[in-house]
Amino acid sequence: MSALAVRVGGTVSRRFHTGALGLGVATLWLSVIVLLPLSAVVVRSLDGGLGAFWDAVSSRQAVAALRFTVLVSLATAAINVVGGTLIAWVLVRDQFHGKRVVNALIDLPFALPTIVAGLTLLTLYGPRSPFGINLAYTQVAVLLALLFVTLPFVIRSVQPVLIELDREMEEAALSLGAGNATIFRRIVLPNLVPAILSGAALAFARAVGEFGSIVLISGNIPFRTQVSSVYVFKLIESDAPTSAAAVSTVLLLVSLAVLLGIRGLGHWGARHDR
Amino acid sequence: MTVSRPWRIGLRVVGLGYLALLLLVPVGLIFYRTFEHGVGAVWASITTPAAIHAFQLTLEVTAIAVPLNTLFGIVMAMALARGEWRGKGLVNAIIDLPFAISPIVIGLSLILVYGARGWLGGALADAGVQVIFSVPGIVLATIFVSLPFVVREVTPVLKEVGDDQEQAAATLGAGGWTTFRRVTLPSIRWGVAYGVVLSVARCIGEFGAVSVVSGKISGQTETLTLLVEKRFSNFDLAGAYAASALLALIALGTLLAMTAIKPRREEGDT
Repeated sequence: MSALAVRVGGTVSRRFHTGALGLGVATLWLSVIVLLPLSAVVVRSLDGGLGAFWDAVSSRQAVAALRFTVLVSLATAAINVVGGTLIAWVLVRDQFHGKRVVNALIDLPFALPTIVAGLTLLTLYGPRSPFGINLAYTQVAVLLALLFVTLPFVIRSVQPVLIELDREMEEAALSLGAGNATIFRRIVLPNLVPAILSGAALAFARAVGEFGSIVLISGNIPFRTQVSSVYVFKLIESDAPTSAAAVSTVLLLVSLAVLLGIRGLGHWGARHDR
Repeated sequence: MTVSRPWRIGLRVVGLGYLALLLLVPVGLIFYRTFEHGVGAVWASITTPAAIHAFQLTLEVTAIAVPLNTLFGIVMAMALARGEWRGKGLVNAIIDLPFAISPIVIGLSLILVYGARGWLGGALADAGVQVIFSVPGIVLATIFVSLPFVVREVTPVLKEVGDDQEQAAATLGAGGWTTFRRVTLPSIRWGVAYGVVLSVARCIGEFGAVSVVSGKISGQTETLTLLVEKRFSNFDLAGAYAASALLALIALGTLLAMTAIKPRREEGDT
Protein backbone atom coordinates (compact mmCIF):
# COMPACT_ATOMS: atom_id res chain seq x y z
CA MET A 1 0.00 0.00 0.00
CA SER A 2 2.64 2.47 1.04
CA ALA A 3 4.88 1.56 -1.88
CA LEU A 4 1.96 2.24 -4.23
CA ALA A 5 1.28 5.58 -2.60
CA VAL A 6 4.90 6.60 -3.01
CA ARG A 7 4.85 5.70 -6.69
CA VAL A 8 1.66 7.67 -7.27
CA GLY A 9 3.15 10.62 -5.41
CA GLY A 10 6.17 10.37 -7.64
CA THR A 11 4.24 11.43 -10.73
CA VAL A 12 4.21 15.08 -9.87
CA SER A 13 1.23 17.15 -10.80
CA ARG A 14 1.72 20.69 -11.94
CA ARG A 15 -1.92 21.57 -11.42
CA PHE A 16 -1.64 22.06 -7.69
CA HIS A 17 1.23 23.62 -5.84
CA THR A 18 1.95 26.57 -3.60
CA GLY A 19 2.52 28.83 -6.56
CA ALA A 20 5.43 31.03 -7.50
CA LEU A 21 4.61 33.59 -4.80
CA GLY A 22 4.71 31.07 -1.95
CA LEU A 23 7.93 29.56 -3.21
CA GLY A 24 9.46 33.01 -3.68
CA VAL A 25 8.62 34.14 -0.14
CA ALA A 26 9.81 30.85 1.37
CA THR A 27 13.09 31.02 -0.54
CA LEU A 28 13.57 34.64 0.49
CA TRP A 29 12.96 33.67 4.13
CA LEU A 30 15.51 30.86 3.84
CA SER A 31 18.02 33.26 2.31
CA VAL A 32 17.61 35.97 4.94
CA ILE A 33 17.62 33.59 7.90
CA VAL A 34 20.29 31.10 6.80
CA LEU A 35 22.25 32.14 3.71
CA LEU A 36 22.90 35.81 4.45
CA PRO A 37 24.46 35.18 7.89
CA LEU A 38 26.51 32.21 6.67
CA SER A 39 27.90 34.17 3.72
CA ALA A 40 28.86 36.90 6.20
CA VAL A 41 31.00 34.30 8.01
CA VAL A 42 32.78 33.25 4.82
CA VAL A 43 33.31 36.84 3.61
CA ARG A 44 34.54 37.99 7.02
CA SER A 45 36.99 35.10 7.26
CA LEU A 46 38.76 36.47 4.17
CA ASP A 47 38.80 40.02 5.53
CA GLY A 48 42.54 40.04 6.09
CA GLY A 49 43.31 38.14 2.88
CA LEU A 50 44.17 34.48 2.38
CA GLY A 51 47.33 34.82 4.46
CA ALA A 52 45.45 35.96 7.56
CA PHE A 53 42.86 33.21 6.98
CA TRP A 54 45.60 30.60 6.85
CA ASP A 55 47.30 32.01 9.95
CA ALA A 56 44.03 31.83 11.90
CA VAL A 57 43.20 28.25 10.95
CA SER A 58 46.77 26.94 11.20
CA SER A 59 47.62 28.39 14.61
CA ARG A 60 48.72 25.64 17.00
CA GLN A 61 45.64 26.02 19.19
CA ALA A 62 43.22 26.01 16.25
CA VAL A 63 44.81 22.89 14.75
CA ALA A 64 44.87 21.10 18.12
CA ALA A 65 41.19 21.94 18.70
CA LEU A 66 40.17 20.83 15.21
CA ARG A 67 42.17 17.61 15.44
CA PHE A 68 40.60 16.72 18.80
CA THR A 69 37.13 17.67 17.53
CA VAL A 70 37.40 15.45 14.45
CA LEU A 71 38.96 12.51 16.33
CA VAL A 72 36.47 12.57 19.22
CA SER A 73 33.59 12.92 16.72
CA LEU A 74 34.87 9.95 14.72
CA ALA A 75 35.09 7.93 17.94
CA THR A 76 31.53 9.02 18.78
CA ALA A 77 30.27 7.95 15.36
CA ALA A 78 32.09 4.60 15.60
CA ILE A 79 30.68 3.78 19.05
CA ASN A 80 27.22 4.80 17.81
CA VAL A 81 27.55 2.42 14.85
CA VAL A 82 27.96 -0.54 17.22
CA GLY A 83 25.80 0.65 20.13
CA GLY A 84 23.06 2.16 17.95
CA THR A 85 22.73 -0.91 15.73
CA LEU A 86 22.64 -3.16 18.79
CA ILE A 87 19.95 -1.08 20.51
CA ALA A 88 17.91 -0.84 17.30
CA TRP A 89 18.09 -4.62 17.01
CA VAL A 90 16.97 -5.08 20.63
CA LEU A 91 14.08 -2.65 20.09
CA VAL A 92 12.87 -4.34 16.88
CA ARG A 93 13.56 -8.06 17.33
CA ASP A 94 13.41 -8.54 21.09
CA GLN A 95 10.29 -8.55 23.24
CA PHE A 96 10.32 -7.33 26.84
CA HIS A 97 8.21 -5.38 29.28
CA GLY A 98 8.49 -1.61 29.02
CA LYS A 99 9.77 -1.69 25.43
CA ARG A 100 7.52 1.21 24.45
CA VAL A 101 8.87 3.36 27.28
CA VAL A 102 12.46 2.58 26.30
CA ASN A 103 11.62 3.34 22.68
CA ALA A 104 10.22 6.73 23.67
CA LEU A 105 13.22 7.50 25.89
CA ILE A 106 15.62 7.13 22.95
CA ASP A 107 14.54 10.62 21.80
CA LEU A 108 15.36 12.18 25.18
CA PRO A 109 18.69 13.62 23.98
CA PHE A 110 16.78 15.45 21.19
CA ALA A 111 14.29 16.87 23.68
CA LEU A 112 16.63 17.71 26.56
CA PRO A 113 18.47 21.06 26.31
CA THR A 114 22.19 20.45 25.77
CA ILE A 115 23.21 22.55 28.77
CA VAL A 116 21.04 20.36 30.98
CA ALA A 117 22.64 17.28 29.40
CA GLY A 118 26.05 18.72 30.27
CA LEU A 119 25.06 19.51 33.86
CA THR A 120 23.51 16.06 34.16
CA LEU A 121 26.69 14.27 33.07
CA LEU A 122 28.81 16.50 35.30
CA THR A 123 26.61 15.54 38.25
CA LEU A 124 27.06 11.84 37.60
CA TYR A 125 30.64 11.69 36.35
CA GLY A 126 32.06 14.89 37.92
CA PRO A 127 33.73 15.78 41.22
CA ARG A 128 30.57 15.03 43.24
CA SER A 129 29.90 11.74 41.50
CA PRO A 130 27.92 9.32 43.66
CA PHE A 131 29.94 6.45 42.12
CA GLY A 132 33.28 8.16 42.75
CA ILE A 133 33.97 8.36 39.01
CA ASN A 134 35.45 11.78 38.28
CA LEU A 135 35.90 12.31 34.56
CA ALA A 136 35.43 16.10 34.57
CA TYR A 137 37.87 18.04 32.38
CA THR A 138 39.10 14.93 30.55
CA GLN A 139 38.82 13.90 26.91
CA VAL A 140 36.70 10.94 27.98
CA ALA A 141 34.16 13.39 29.43
CA VAL A 142 33.86 15.09 26.04
CA LEU A 143 33.33 11.71 24.39
CA LEU A 144 30.65 10.87 26.97
CA ALA A 145 28.79 14.14 26.35
CA LEU A 146 28.90 13.55 22.59
CA LEU A 147 27.65 9.98 23.00
CA PHE A 148 24.73 11.33 25.02
CA VAL A 149 23.61 13.95 22.50
CA THR A 150 24.13 11.75 19.41
CA LEU A 151 22.52 8.60 20.81
CA PRO A 152 19.29 8.71 18.73
CA PHE A 153 20.78 9.18 15.25
CA VAL A 154 21.91 5.64 14.35
CA ILE A 155 19.04 3.99 16.27
CA ARG A 156 16.37 6.07 14.55
CA SER A 157 17.95 5.58 11.18
CA VAL A 158 18.39 1.78 11.49
CA GLN A 159 15.08 0.97 13.26
CA PRO A 160 12.68 1.51 10.30
CA VAL A 161 14.94 -0.44 7.91
CA LEU A 162 15.14 -3.33 10.37
CA ILE A 163 11.33 -3.34 10.74
CA GLU A 164 10.82 -3.44 6.98
CA LEU A 165 13.53 -6.05 6.44
CA ASP A 166 12.17 -9.15 4.74
CA ARG A 167 12.56 -12.03 7.18
CA GLU A 168 12.06 -14.61 4.43
CA MET A 169 15.62 -13.98 3.27
CA GLU A 170 16.89 -14.86 6.73
CA GLU A 171 14.66 -17.94 6.91
CA ALA A 172 15.87 -19.08 3.51
CA ALA A 173 19.49 -18.68 4.62
CA LEU A 174 18.72 -20.57 7.83
CA SER A 175 17.14 -23.45 5.93
CA LEU A 176 20.21 -23.61 3.71
CA GLY A 177 22.28 -24.17 6.84
CA ALA A 178 23.73 -20.72 7.52
CA GLY A 179 24.56 -19.91 11.13
CA ASN A 180 23.52 -16.77 12.94
CA ALA A 181 26.86 -15.06 12.45
CA THR A 182 26.73 -15.76 8.73
CA ILE A 183 23.13 -14.58 8.41
CA PHE A 184 23.93 -11.37 10.23
CA ARG A 185 27.08 -10.70 8.25
CA ARG A 186 25.81 -11.72 4.80
CA ILE A 187 22.11 -10.74 4.93
CA VAL A 188 21.12 -8.43 7.79
CA LEU A 189 24.18 -6.17 7.86
CA PRO A 190 24.40 -5.45 4.10
CA ASN A 191 20.77 -4.31 4.18
CA LEU A 192 21.45 -2.03 7.14
CA VAL A 193 24.71 -0.49 5.96
CA PRO A 194 23.27 2.59 4.19
CA ALA A 195 21.07 3.39 7.23
CA ILE A 196 23.93 2.81 9.67
CA LEU A 197 26.28 5.02 7.69
CA SER A 198 23.83 7.89 7.26
CA GLY A 199 22.98 7.75 10.97
CA ALA A 200 26.69 7.76 11.80
CA ALA A 201 27.30 10.70 9.45
CA LEU A 202 24.52 12.70 11.13
CA ALA A 203 25.98 11.84 14.54
CA PHE A 204 29.43 12.92 13.33
CA ALA A 205 28.11 16.24 12.01
CA ARG A 206 26.28 16.90 15.24
CA ALA A 207 29.36 15.99 17.29
CA VAL A 208 31.65 18.31 15.33
CA GLY A 209 29.40 21.29 16.07
CA GLU A 210 28.32 20.42 19.61
CA PHE A 211 28.76 23.09 22.26
CA GLY A 212 26.20 23.13 25.07
CA SER A 213 26.76 19.68 26.52
CA ILE A 214 30.56 20.00 26.32
CA VAL A 215 31.14 23.48 27.68
CA LEU A 216 30.69 22.62 31.38
CA ILE A 217 32.30 19.19 31.47
CA SER A 218 35.32 19.75 29.22
CA GLY A 219 36.99 22.44 31.30
CA ASN A 220 38.05 23.88 27.94
CA ILE A 221 41.76 23.13 28.41
CA PRO A 222 43.68 24.22 25.27
CA PHE A 223 45.56 21.38 23.51
CA ARG A 224 43.70 18.80 25.61
CA THR A 225 39.93 19.10 25.92
CA GLN A 226 39.20 22.21 23.86
CA VAL A 227 36.94 21.48 20.89
CA SER A 228 36.62 23.79 17.88
CA SER A 229 33.19 25.21 18.74
CA VAL A 230 34.39 26.22 22.22
CA TYR A 231 37.57 27.65 20.67
CA VAL A 232 35.44 29.77 18.31
CA PHE A 233 33.37 30.91 21.30
CA LYS A 234 36.56 32.03 23.09
CA LEU A 235 37.68 33.90 19.96
CA ILE A 236 34.34 35.74 19.80
CA GLU A 237 34.59 36.61 23.49
CA SER A 238 38.14 37.94 23.08
CA ASP A 239 36.90 40.11 20.19
CA ALA A 240 38.73 38.35 17.38
CA PRO A 241 35.82 37.98 14.92
CA THR A 242 38.00 37.51 11.83
CA SER A 243 39.87 34.55 13.34
CA ALA A 244 36.57 33.21 14.70
CA ALA A 245 35.09 33.48 11.19
CA ALA A 246 38.09 31.68 9.68
CA VAL A 247 37.83 28.69 12.03
CA SER A 248 34.03 28.74 11.56
CA THR A 249 34.49 28.54 7.80
CA VAL A 250 36.50 25.35 8.25
CA LEU A 251 33.70 23.94 10.43
CA LEU A 252 31.16 24.99 7.80
CA LEU A 253 33.13 23.13 5.12
CA VAL A 254 33.16 19.99 7.31
CA SER A 255 29.36 20.26 7.77
CA LEU A 256 28.83 20.73 4.04
CA ALA A 257 31.04 17.75 3.21
CA VAL A 258 29.08 15.54 5.63
CA LEU A 259 25.72 16.72 4.24
CA LEU A 260 26.86 15.99 0.69
CA GLY A 261 28.10 12.60 1.84
CA ILE A 262 24.71 11.79 3.36
CA ARG A 263 22.94 12.80 0.13
CA GLY A 264 25.28 10.50 -1.77
CA LEU A 265 24.49 7.71 0.70
CA GLY A 266 20.77 8.33 0.19
CA HIS A 267 21.08 7.83 -3.56
CA TRP A 268 23.26 4.77 -3.03
CA GLY A 269 20.76 3.30 -0.56
CA ALA A 270 17.85 3.98 -2.92
CA ARG A 271 19.68 2.23 -5.74
CA HIS A 272 20.38 -0.82 -3.61
CA ASP A 273 16.74 -0.96 -2.57
CA ARG A 274 15.61 -2.25 -5.92
CA MET B 1 17.83 -14.94 12.11
CA THR B 2 16.57 -16.68 15.22
CA VAL B 3 18.86 -15.75 18.04
CA SER B 4 19.04 -18.21 20.93
CA ARG B 5 17.59 -17.09 24.23
CA PRO B 6 20.85 -16.49 26.14
CA TRP B 7 22.18 -14.38 23.28
CA ARG B 8 18.97 -12.40 23.03
CA ILE B 9 18.96 -11.67 26.75
CA GLY B 10 22.66 -10.83 26.64
CA LEU B 11 22.12 -8.30 23.87
CA ARG B 12 19.12 -6.90 25.72
CA VAL B 13 21.14 -6.44 28.91
CA VAL B 14 24.00 -4.75 27.03
CA GLY B 15 21.67 -2.44 25.06
CA LEU B 16 19.48 -1.45 27.97
CA GLY B 17 22.48 -1.15 30.28
CA TYR B 18 24.12 1.29 27.89
CA LEU B 19 20.91 3.33 27.78
CA ALA B 20 20.59 3.29 31.55
CA LEU B 21 24.15 4.45 32.21
CA LEU B 22 24.09 7.10 29.50
CA LEU B 23 20.51 8.39 29.80
CA LEU B 24 18.40 7.26 32.71
CA VAL B 25 20.77 7.39 35.67
CA PRO B 26 22.09 10.89 34.84
CA VAL B 27 18.64 12.39 34.27
CA GLY B 28 17.24 10.65 37.34
CA LEU B 29 20.11 12.06 39.37
CA ILE B 30 19.23 15.61 38.26
CA PHE B 31 15.80 15.23 39.83
CA TYR B 32 17.30 13.66 42.96
CA ARG B 33 19.84 16.49 43.38
CA THR B 34 17.10 19.05 42.72
CA PHE B 35 14.73 17.81 45.38
CA GLU B 36 17.22 16.56 47.98
CA HIS B 37 16.83 19.83 49.92
CA GLY B 38 13.05 19.85 49.71
CA VAL B 39 10.44 21.23 47.38
CA GLY B 40 10.31 24.63 49.08
CA ALA B 41 13.86 25.55 48.11
CA VAL B 42 13.23 24.49 44.53
CA TRP B 43 10.07 26.55 44.33
CA ALA B 44 11.87 29.60 45.75
CA SER B 45 14.67 29.21 43.24
CA ILE B 46 12.45 28.94 40.14
CA THR B 47 10.25 31.85 41.22
CA THR B 48 12.96 34.50 41.64
CA PRO B 49 12.33 37.54 39.40
CA ALA B 50 15.29 36.58 37.16
CA ALA B 51 14.01 33.02 36.78
CA ILE B 52 10.45 34.12 36.01
CA HIS B 53 11.72 36.59 33.45
CA ALA B 54 13.95 33.94 31.87
CA PHE B 55 10.99 31.59 31.61
CA GLN B 56 8.78 34.30 30.07
CA LEU B 57 11.46 35.31 27.57
CA THR B 58 11.99 31.68 26.55
CA LEU B 59 8.26 31.25 25.93
CA GLU B 60 8.01 34.56 24.03
CA VAL B 61 10.89 33.68 21.73
CA THR B 62 9.37 30.24 21.12
CA ALA B 63 5.97 31.81 20.43
CA ILE B 64 7.53 33.97 17.70
CA ALA B 65 9.88 31.40 16.15
CA VAL B 66 7.62 28.35 15.96
CA PRO B 67 4.65 29.87 14.05
CA LEU B 68 6.99 31.53 11.54
CA ASN B 69 8.87 28.30 10.93
CA THR B 70 5.63 26.32 10.72
CA LEU B 71 4.29 28.62 8.02
CA PHE B 72 7.61 28.51 6.16
CA GLY B 73 7.77 24.75 6.66
CA ILE B 74 4.35 24.02 5.16
CA VAL B 75 4.87 26.30 2.15
CA MET B 76 8.36 24.94 1.49
CA ALA B 77 7.23 21.33 1.95
CA MET B 78 4.42 21.87 -0.61
CA ALA B 79 6.94 23.32 -3.06
CA LEU B 80 9.41 20.48 -2.49
CA ALA B 81 6.86 17.66 -2.65
CA ARG B 82 4.58 18.93 -5.40
CA GLY B 83 6.59 21.22 -7.62
CA GLU B 84 9.43 20.84 -10.09
CA TRP B 85 11.63 23.89 -10.27
CA ARG B 86 15.21 24.85 -10.88
CA GLY B 87 17.41 25.02 -7.79
CA LYS B 88 15.29 22.49 -5.86
CA GLY B 89 18.31 20.34 -5.01
CA LEU B 90 20.20 23.37 -3.75
CA VAL B 91 17.32 24.61 -1.59
CA ASN B 92 16.94 21.08 -0.23
CA ALA B 93 20.57 21.08 0.84
CA ILE B 94 20.39 24.56 2.40
CA ILE B 95 17.39 23.56 4.53
CA ASP B 96 19.51 20.90 6.27
CA LEU B 97 22.33 23.31 7.10
CA PRO B 98 20.94 24.44 10.50
CA PHE B 99 21.03 20.77 11.62
CA ALA B 100 24.66 20.35 10.63
CA ILE B 101 26.23 23.66 11.65
CA SER B 102 27.63 24.39 15.08
CA PRO B 103 25.31 26.69 17.06
CA ILE B 104 28.37 28.82 17.85
CA VAL B 105 28.93 29.42 14.13
CA ILE B 106 25.25 30.37 13.83
CA GLY B 107 25.63 32.90 16.66
CA LEU B 108 28.79 34.33 15.11
CA SER B 109 27.10 34.61 11.71
CA LEU B 110 24.33 36.74 13.21
CA ILE B 111 26.88 39.02 14.92
CA LEU B 112 28.66 39.50 11.60
CA VAL B 113 25.41 40.64 9.94
CA TYR B 114 23.57 42.49 12.70
CA GLY B 115 26.36 43.39 15.17
CA ALA B 116 27.76 46.88 15.65
CA ARG B 117 30.44 46.27 12.99
CA GLY B 118 28.32 43.89 10.93
CA TRP B 119 26.93 44.27 7.41
CA LEU B 120 23.67 45.83 8.56
CA GLY B 121 24.95 47.07 11.92
CA GLY B 122 25.37 50.73 10.88
CA ALA B 123 21.97 50.99 9.22
CA LEU B 124 20.27 49.31 12.18
CA ALA B 125 22.02 51.61 14.67
CA ASP B 126 20.88 54.65 12.66
CA ALA B 127 17.32 53.33 12.81
CA GLY B 128 17.71 52.85 16.56
CA VAL B 129 17.27 49.08 16.42
CA GLN B 130 19.50 46.85 18.49
CA VAL B 131 19.57 43.21 17.41
CA ILE B 132 22.69 41.72 18.98
CA PHE B 133 22.77 41.58 22.80
CA SER B 134 19.03 42.10 22.63
CA VAL B 135 15.84 40.08 22.18
CA PRO B 136 15.65 40.30 18.34
CA GLY B 137 19.04 38.58 18.14
CA ILE B 138 17.80 35.74 20.35
CA VAL B 139 14.71 35.42 18.15
CA LEU B 140 16.80 35.29 14.95
CA ALA B 141 19.14 32.68 16.44
CA THR B 142 16.21 30.56 17.57
CA ILE B 143 14.47 30.77 14.18
CA PHE B 144 17.74 29.74 12.51
CA VAL B 145 18.30 26.62 14.61
CA SER B 146 14.69 25.41 14.46
CA LEU B 147 14.08 26.16 10.78
CA PRO B 148 14.24 22.63 9.28
CA PHE B 149 11.96 20.66 11.62
CA VAL B 150 8.51 21.30 10.09
CA VAL B 151 9.76 21.08 6.48
CA ARG B 152 11.52 17.80 7.16
CA GLU B 153 8.49 16.27 8.91
CA VAL B 154 5.86 17.44 6.40
CA THR B 155 7.63 16.78 3.08
CA PRO B 156 7.67 12.95 3.38
CA VAL B 157 4.01 12.93 4.52
CA LEU B 158 2.99 14.98 1.48
CA LYS B 159 4.87 12.59 -0.81
CA GLU B 160 3.30 9.59 0.92
CA VAL B 161 -0.31 10.73 0.60
CA GLY B 162 0.17 11.69 -3.04
CA ASP B 163 -1.92 14.27 -4.87
CA ASP B 164 -4.86 12.15 -6.10
CA GLN B 165 -7.31 13.76 -3.71
CA GLU B 166 -5.98 17.23 -4.47
CA GLN B 167 -6.46 16.63 -8.18
CA ALA B 168 -9.95 15.26 -7.57
CA ALA B 169 -10.82 18.38 -5.59
CA ALA B 170 -9.44 20.57 -8.35
CA THR B 171 -11.45 18.65 -10.95
CA LEU B 172 -14.58 19.21 -8.88
CA GLY B 173 -13.92 22.93 -9.05
CA ALA B 174 -12.23 23.68 -5.74
CA GLY B 175 -9.80 26.57 -5.81
CA GLY B 176 -6.19 26.29 -4.64
CA TRP B 177 -6.88 27.62 -1.13
CA THR B 178 -10.01 25.49 -0.61
CA THR B 179 -8.15 22.39 -1.77
CA PHE B 180 -5.32 23.13 0.62
CA ARG B 181 -7.60 23.81 3.58
CA ARG B 182 -10.08 20.97 3.04
CA VAL B 183 -7.88 18.25 1.51
CA THR B 184 -4.16 18.81 2.00
CA LEU B 185 -4.06 20.23 5.51
CA PRO B 186 -6.15 17.48 7.14
CA SER B 187 -3.89 14.81 5.65
CA ILE B 188 -0.66 16.41 6.85
CA ARG B 189 -1.81 17.71 10.22
CA TRP B 190 -0.09 15.05 12.34
CA GLY B 191 3.13 15.59 10.43
CA VAL B 192 2.84 19.31 11.09
CA ALA B 193 2.08 18.63 14.76
CA TYR B 194 5.15 16.41 15.10
CA GLY B 195 7.34 19.06 13.48
CA VAL B 196 5.89 21.73 15.80
CA VAL B 197 6.65 19.63 18.89
CA LEU B 198 10.26 19.12 17.77
CA SER B 199 10.58 22.85 16.98
CA VAL B 200 9.22 23.89 20.38
CA ALA B 201 11.65 21.58 22.17
CA ARG B 202 14.58 22.94 20.18
CA CYS B 203 13.51 26.57 20.69
CA ILE B 204 13.17 26.17 24.46
CA GLY B 205 16.40 24.21 24.73
CA GLU B 206 18.68 26.19 22.41
CA PHE B 207 21.82 27.27 24.20
CA GLY B 208 24.91 27.78 22.03
CA ALA B 209 23.61 30.17 19.38
CA VAL B 210 21.61 32.14 21.93
CA SER B 211 24.54 32.41 24.33
CA VAL B 212 26.65 34.07 21.61
CA VAL B 213 24.11 36.75 20.65
CA SER B 214 22.25 37.39 23.90
CA GLY B 215 24.75 39.30 26.03
CA LYS B 216 23.25 37.38 28.99
CA ILE B 217 21.82 40.42 30.76
CA SER B 218 19.88 39.13 33.76
CA GLY B 219 16.20 40.08 33.66
CA GLN B 220 16.53 41.23 30.03
CA THR B 221 18.19 38.86 27.59
CA GLU B 222 18.57 35.75 29.71
CA THR B 223 16.72 32.64 28.60
CA LEU B 224 16.15 29.57 30.77
CA THR B 225 19.14 27.65 29.41
CA LEU B 226 21.41 30.67 29.91
CA LEU B 227 20.14 30.94 33.49
CA VAL B 228 21.23 27.34 34.12
CA GLU B 229 24.75 28.12 32.92
CA LYS B 230 24.98 31.38 34.87
CA ARG B 231 23.83 29.80 38.11
CA PHE B 232 26.30 26.97 37.62
CA SER B 233 29.21 29.38 37.00
CA ASN B 234 28.16 31.40 40.07
CA PHE B 235 28.39 28.22 42.20
CA ASP B 236 24.61 28.29 42.76
CA LEU B 237 24.38 24.54 42.11
CA ALA B 238 20.96 24.11 43.73
CA GLY B 239 19.58 26.93 41.56
CA ALA B 240 21.13 25.42 38.42
CA TYR B 241 19.59 22.03 39.25
CA ALA B 242 16.17 23.58 39.88
CA ALA B 243 16.13 25.37 36.52
CA SER B 244 17.48 22.19 34.86
CA ALA B 245 14.75 20.10 36.40
CA LEU B 246 12.17 22.50 34.97
CA LEU B 247 13.74 22.12 31.51
CA ALA B 248 13.95 18.35 31.95
CA LEU B 249 10.23 18.27 32.80
CA ILE B 250 9.50 20.18 29.59
CA ALA B 251 11.65 17.63 27.73
CA LEU B 252 9.66 14.74 29.23
CA GLY B 253 6.46 16.50 28.17
CA THR B 254 7.92 16.74 24.67
CA LEU B 255 8.62 13.00 24.68
CA LEU B 256 5.03 12.29 25.73
CA ALA B 257 3.70 14.49 22.92
CA MET B 258 6.03 12.81 20.41
CA THR B 259 4.91 9.35 21.53
CA ALA B 260 1.26 10.36 21.25
CA ILE B 261 1.62 11.88 17.78
CA LYS B 262 4.02 9.43 16.16
CA PRO B 263 1.64 6.51 15.46
CA ARG B 264 -1.01 8.85 14.04
CA ARG B 265 1.55 10.49 11.79
CA GLU B 266 2.77 7.14 10.52
CA GLU B 267 -0.69 5.74 9.84
CA GLY B 268 -1.70 8.93 8.06
CA ASP B 269 -4.71 8.96 10.42
CA THR B 270 -7.12 11.75 9.56
